[in-house]
Amino acid sequence: MNKWLWTLSGIVVFLGVWTALSLSIDNAILLPPPIAVVRGFVLLLRDGTLAGDILASLKRVLGGFAVASAVAVPLALAMAYWQPIEFLLSPVITFLRPIPPIAWIPIAILWFGIGDPPSYFITAIAAFFPIFLNSIAGGRAVHAEHIHAARSLGAGPRALFLRVYLPSAMPHIATGLRIGLGQSWMAVVTAELIAAHSGLGYMIQANRLALETSLVMVGMCVIGILGAGMSGVLDVLERVVLVPWKTP
Amino acid sequence: MHDAVELEDARCAASVGADWSRPSDPGRNRMNKPALAWPNVDANAVPDHKLARKVRGLGLGRIDGTNLSMRFAGRTGMVTALDRVDIHIKSGEFVALLGPSGCGKSTLLNLIAGILKPSTGSLTIDEKPVDGPNPGCGIVFQHHSLFPWMSVLENVAFGPRMLGKSDPVGTARTLLALVGLEKHEKAWPTSLSGGMQQRVGIARALAIYPPVLLMDEPFGALDAQTRVMMQEELLKIWSQFNTTVVFVTHDLEEAIFLADRVVVMKTLPGGLKHEVVIDLPRPRAPAIIKSERFNAYRSEIFEIIRDETLKAFRPTS
Repeated sequence: MNKWLWTLSGIVVFLGVWTALSLSIDNAILLPPPIAVVRGFVLLLRDGTLAGDILASLKRVLGGFAVASAVAVPLALAMAYWQPIEFLLSPVITFLRPIPPIAWIPIAILWFGIGDPPSYFITAIAAFFPIFLNSIAGGRAVHAEHIHAARSLGAGPRALFLRVYLPSAMPHIATGLRIGLGQSWMAVVTAELIAAHSGLGYMIQANRLALETSLVMVGMCVIGILGAGMSGVLDVLERVVLVPWKTP
Repeated sequence: MHDAVELEDARCAASVGADWSRPSDPGRNRMNKPALAWPNVDANAVPDHKLARKVRGLGLGRIDGTNLSMRFAGRTGMVTALDRVDIHIKSGEFVALLGPSGCGKSTLLNLIAGILKPSTGSLTIDEKPVDGPNPGCGIVFQHHSLFPWMSVLENVAFGPRMLGKSDPVGTARTLLALVGLEKHEKAWPTSLSGGMQQRVGIARALAIYPPVLLMDEPFGALDAQTRVMMQEELLKIWSQFNTTVVFVTHDLEEAIFLADRVVVMKTLPGGLKHEVVIDLPRPRAPAIIKSERFNAYRSEIFEIIRDETLKAFRPTS
């Protein structure tokens, strides 16, 4: 059997078990069958609300992720090169890092109210630490031989940074971006459960209150599929653009 | 060649972006172009290899080290890696630094390269004090020699590019042809065998026509057969460039085969022990290692180095 057959079997078995369970429970509020979820999906697609929620969530994730990347990568590289910056920042970072993004939600609502701004804040916090910590590792991953070789070939400080330090750090940065985006995606749903009036998280919460379990599951499935899709896009980006020289 | 076939296979097998999981398919990246490729490549330009002769003609690459010491703080106090070394290397000379580990041969090389600064003493190349790694000295290391994020061609073109030379890519092609790797210019360095990688490393170091070439056990990680071929090839290349070469090794035969002069180093503390001028005719073919004179040099140096290896192996004092 080839790998596609195995993969397909896995999906079929999963859907089969789900269907069997929902038939035996026979309660659409506790566990609707997959077909009900598909019907719900089509319904939400037709009335256009699903697309709106997806766009709202994606916008928050990408916004927060972009801000986190723009801050975390340069800061981490600076920290890896100049030790004073490391001494300056590491106590604060060590202290902030264990605080889960969810714990920031009450503060985020106090500071930014309800809607987009607190969600951007939460997604940025969630993406920041994976990107930051991996980028520090990246900043330290450069081989002394590469620096010596580059200098002996006439590279100045600018070329050293752009053509030696940065590419050396890139595999780690790419890993950080991948993890950061995943964390950010998980955080946006959490944030929207509480602090927003749109988005997939809000949609799940609203349908839970309405006891529309099949629509709750539509939201969950869309989150799963989009999350996998984003990580896939980033994976391709990593292999083609960021670190094409690395053999997996 | 075996390697070439492997590479071509990898290219054919490469598939891009079919699925998003991360399968272990080592060939998949080879087809993509390097991320930092440079535009405006002139494929037909061939640069002037006369630069090599110019380096020779000017008599550059003279190294003078006087009273060089290198001390640094170790766990049990100050360690003297190098103790008051005087070394003078003529322009175009091939000198091998030979000795057991801990004799400071790599330290001495790194001093000449400007990677380390001596604790005492003075070091000049062509009467200019050495102050940091600079384009006057090409360096070839044993490990991590090439930039893995650049294609083979871009690795070799890096030096000429940094120095603002005209047609860096053409220069790189000439140098790659010189080491027989012109067909692999688009490959990533990690897709090449160890021997091929070191040939690229040599080509890259020579691409800026440095008066001095420093080599730190460049063939140390290669298998015995490849090693012998690399030594021969290095001599061929050197005969075209005639740069000064300082070659660190712990392989006695390698030192004799390659060098005009073998500097045997001592341990505890590191320093120079003895020098042997290798008066073997050039060009040298591998058969020379069976000659009587080669054997005489081998026995002579073996005796000198044996004491030092014992000392390093079983420190008494």
